[in-house]
Amino acid sequence: MTNPNSRFGIHGGQYIPETLMNAVIELEEAYNHYKADPAFNKELDTLFNEYAGRPSRLYYAEKMTKDLGGAKIYLKREDLNHTGAHKINNVLGQALLAKKMGKTRLIAETGAGQHGVATATAAALMGMECVVFMGEEDTRRQALNVYRMRLLGAEVIPVKTGTATLKDAVSEAMREWTSRIDDTHYCLGSVMGPHPFPTIVRDFQAVISKEIKEQIMEKEGRLPDAVIACVGGGSNAIGTFYNFIEDKDVRLIGCEAAGRGIDTFETAATINTGKVGIFHGMKSYFCQDEYGQIAPVYSISAGLDYPGIGPEHAYLHDIGRAEYVAITDEEAVCAFEYLAKTEGIIPAIESAHAVAYATKLAPTMEKDKIIVITISGRGDKDCAAIARYRGEDLHE
Amino acid sequence: MSNIRKAFENGKAFIPFITCGDPDLETTAKVVRAAVANGADLIELGIPFSDPTAEGPVIQGANLRALSGGVTTDKIFDLVKGLRKDITVPMVFMTYANVVFSYGAERFIKTCSEIGIDGIILPDLPFEEKEEFLPLCNKLNVDLISLIAPTSENRISMIAKEAKGFIYVVSSLGVTGTRSEIKTDLKSIVDVIRTNTDVPCAIGFGISTPEQAQKMAELSDGAIVGSAIIKIIEKYGKDAPEHVGAYVKSMKDAI
Repeated sequence: MTNPNSRFGIHGGQYIPETLMNAVIELEEAYNHYKADPAFNKELDTLFNEYAGRPSRLYYAEKMTKDLGGAKIYLKREDLNHTGAHKINNVLGQALLAKKMGKTRLIAETGAGQHGVATATAAALMGMECVVFMGEEDTRRQALNVYRMRLLGAEVIPVKTGTATLKDAVSEAMREWTSRIDDTHYCLGSVMGPHPFPTIVRDFQAVISKEIKEQIMEKEGRLPDAVIACVGGGSNAIGTFYNFIEDKDVRLIGCEAAGRGIDTFETAATINTGKVGIFHGMKSYFCQDEYGQIAPVYSISAGLDYPGIGPEHAYLHDIGRAEYVAITDEEAVCAFEYLAKTEGIIPAIESAHAVAYATKLAPTMEKDKIIVITISGRGDKDCAAIARYRGEDLHE
Repeated sequence: MSNIRKAFENGKAFIPFITCGDPDLETTAKVVRAAVANGADLIELGIPFSDPTAEGPVIQGANLRALSGGVTTDKIFDLVKGLRKDITVPMVFMTYANVVFSYGAERFIKTCSEIGIDGIILPDLPFEEKEEFLPLCNKLNVDLISLIAPTSENRISMIAKEAKGFIYVVSSLGVTGTRSEIKTDLKSIVDVIRTNTDVPCAIGFGISTPEQAQKMAELSDGAIVGSAIIKIIEKYGKDAPEHVGAYVKSMKDAI
């Protein structure tokens, strides 16, 4: 019988080869043990605060607020974390857990490269071996991150199969895990895959909404009216939403990558264009054809270029608790440039999807309303690609 | 009683795996007939999937070739209808959970039952998730095949007790593909299976040579071979049937 803890409504589960079942069961047991262990939590808190630089700032974007003329806008600055994105939260948690489990080797998939860099960083810090699978197409789009991972001592394996992007990197990491389990932990980068990954990753990322709540109470004395985050697999979004789920007056808004538009095939907007399916270990929404073949999705953002979404998001969508909107490449690029010029902050192109929606939403809201946008990562890695998008050839 | 048991009544079973539509469905039909004519006891037909996470590069390639050729689940159902006019050996589908789920589980399994598919192997559907399709499979008399892996350990008896049709014993860690050596202690796995069920078990993953097949069949009730056959099909294309036939004969003779 399906593990009841593995489900979010109908979504989730453990749709993986038998070869991996004992590994995920062992992982769940270890996680349940350590999450209740004060020493583990103290160690993780120290890593968060002293190494990753938490808590991340909640910054009042005054110029943006004035320019848009509506709701007050705050930015949750996950881009200021060590390694430049929210990914480090999950990775420090999983690497520490893996170490406690006696594992000596971390493997990971990466899209934009931020999760790969974070995993390589944690592996370097904790003295573990590290192998990162990255779609060949993404190794081109994010060459700088490939170099960073190698500099940190990780081996980067370009994945040539399928669309040579994030989904293929996940498939290849899963294949690698089935062939080497004893000493290896698969450090999955998003709230996806088989149970217990969606829960573990969510718990480690929930620090984002925990801090937002404390910080906004301190600054404004009340909760925000909306929190906005970009969604690929959905880890920074679930981290942003999680501690607000019970606060029904807070709108939870996830921004999917529409690519060239949700009416085209060149999109990665899973909730907006996909249907329920079973893939990469989970039941959730997936972009797929009528026979269940997974669609070759597209987005300018390597980190959102994924045909599925985490099962908890699928559930929050089903029950109407969270909204999922689609943002095109063009809108995201404009928001990328807008935030740079308005606030002097260059967001990751992924995060720019959330900024783009905020620029549409804020003007429709009263001035006493509050929006929090999670800036999940910094945009240095994207500058060359955005320059190319604008027709400028930039040599790094 | 399951029709699949017939496959194990003629000595040790030789079970070839063939990806439907690689390079095209006409060739698949000829390959299946050649395999049966040369002693194949059960045919494992792969319905291609875009992202076959349990497969190594060889079968991934076959999936890709078949899908680029325009193969669909419906066209494969038609292929089976044609084969069932003269092929009587048991046939099972090997595919991924999403192929069944997206077609509509009831519609998929009902069609299997109607066209003479005896079982379904889904490598991404472990024991814990089999309720997804098991009630329909039981109702429509299609065996949902269980897999047991080198890492199953304490799970073997639980899986074996509820197994139907035959048990697919995965020989090695990792994905499908030929291996020069199989190191898993398969005898002790099969011993645990035997104490829990009389459902036959066959070993697959990594088998390519007659010597390996003979060794694996000796430990169990049969040998399953995929990648080695796909390689022949990849090499000879439309001319593959006679080569696959000769290969199947050498393997069946060996076991």
